Amino acid sequence: MPKFQLSRRQILTAASLGLSGLALSGCDAFDFLQDRDDRVRNILEGANGLTYRAQRLLAGRDSLAQEYSEADIRQPQRPNGVTAPDDETYKALLTNDFADWRLEVTGLVERPLSLSRQQLMNMPARTQITRHDCVEGWSCIAKWSGVPLALVLDAAVVKPNARYVVFHCLDTIERSLSGEVKYYGSIDLIDARHPQTILAYGLNGKPLPVENGAPLRARVERQLGYKMPKYLKGIELVDSFAAMGLGKGGYWEDRGYDWYGGI
Amino acid sequence: MEAHTDQNPGLERPPGELVYRQSRWTRLTHWTWALCLFFLLLSGLQIFNAHPALYVGRQSGFQFDNSVLVIDAADSDAGAIGYTEIFGHRFNTTGVFGLSGPPDFPRARAFPSWATIPSGQDLATGRVVHFFFAWLLSATLLAWFVASLWNGHLRRDLAPTVRDFRKLPRDIVDHARLKFHHSRDYNTLQKLAYGGVLFVLLPLMIVTGLAMSPSMNAAVPFLTDILGGRQTARTIHFATMLILVAFFLVHMLMILAAGPINELRSIITGWYRTDPPKPEADASERSA
Repeated sequence: MPKFQLSRRQILTAASLGLSGLALSGCDAFDFLQDRDDRVRNILEGANGLTYRAQRLLAGRDSLAQEYSEADIRQPQRPNGVTAPDDETYKALLTNDFADWRLEVTGLVERPLSLSRQQLMNMPARTQITRHDCVEGWSCIAKWSGVPLALVLDAAVVKPNARYVVFHCLDTIERSLSGEVKYYGSIDLIDARHPQTILAYGLNGKPLPVENGAPLRARVERQLGYKMPKYLKGIELVDSFAAMGLGKGGYWEDRGYDWYGGI
Repeated sequence: MEAHTDQNPGLERPPGELVYRQSRWTRLTHWTWALCLFFLLLSGLQIFNAHPALYVGRQSGFQFDNSVLVIDAADSDAGAIGYTEIFGHRFNTTGVFGLSGPPDFPRARAFPSWATIPSGQDLATGRVVHFFFAWLLSATLLAWFVASLWNGHLRRDLAPTVRDFRKLPRDIVDHARLKFHHSRDYNTLQKLAYGGVLFVLLPLMIVTGLAMSPSMNAAVPFLTDILGGRQTARTIHFATMLILVAFFLVHMLMILAAGPINELRSIITGWYRTDPPKPEADASERSA
């Protein structure tokens, strides 16, 4: 049909112009979104609330993360983040094989606790082979042993106004001009009481190694790795985490990651 | 009407008539998808950069090899290079993949800064952008599906008929020669391409995206299983992205070749100028 026709060269020129336009716009035109107070960013972040509610609705309170068989453990658990805490307190505790370490259970509880590793190991244990999903995109299957967090919470008797469990850690993840930042994180009581949420002291049949969070780390199996703090020193029951860190409920949350790391 | 300007003035036959081709729903959803896919692609490449490797299976092999794609930087005799490794075959992709940026200050990153939102490494912001537009895309897809069932767009315009398949070989030859017939109805390849994107590729994107979520994995474990595990789902998500990008490029090429002004007018205003009826009286063929 002899009408508006383009030559091959015209087509290629136009196509490359279009592509470079696309490339330019990707360049740094949207870097303003990195500003955590930016209004557009805050609108986009509104979707996180929707994501959270959708996950709660679909996954419910007690649906279980998939568990795997021994044959699926094909490699050591991949360590990430801090893998050898440089803190004097931590190094002193490690020298003594954590004999002097205690897990402090504080905050909105009737009975604050101070538990040794042996005391935690004497409580009923749970072992599960699960897949660790990192927010970066990788996965690794390993066997975790520990005490269900629910049992520790029951022993401490949680007050009715408590809403979140905050994990306090021994490791300093950031040293900057404004000071040192210790890792911390939080989950709500639904996840805290989930049957697979454990305080793990064992990995693949051995004591939890330093690189994976010795002496104790959290496992929250329906969320991403950054929601499972390592090197625990205390758990605190709170009704709000607004006064902690930058107020978003965790080290990574303070740096722009969503509080509910389920996807 | 200004619409006459895209017609060849030397043409002997009168211009074909303007027909209302794209409904308001089709046009609105089309541009929303375009916006969503732009942001999803560039924020998705940002997310990929956080761990620029793809695997097959449930987990990522660190002590064994189940990778299908790795984009990384490495040292060589000639200094740092960027490479892309596909099924074990390594290609030097310095300047684009693996290592890119200003020549005096190249950076090790899988996709270059011009291809990611934000331009620098920022997984947190990439995720904020990605999930917002994932919701918008999914909601728009659902709205379009309901509206298109309701207004007959699916049945009338997208569902291929037996006749479409009979015309398929001829249609392929016509497209290869960049020879187009302008009628109200989509041709066979258009029906297959648009239907394939809307009913296969975009749903597959959503499903493989959800299969990567540990909480969705607890809610619907079979979803991750039928896709071959979380890492396979991630690989399919990436491969589907490549197909969508290929679709976009062909889509652009076809629009340029078929007459960009007429094509753009129809997806903006809905009105499309059809070919003039042929002198030999076969006009009945087109008015299906």
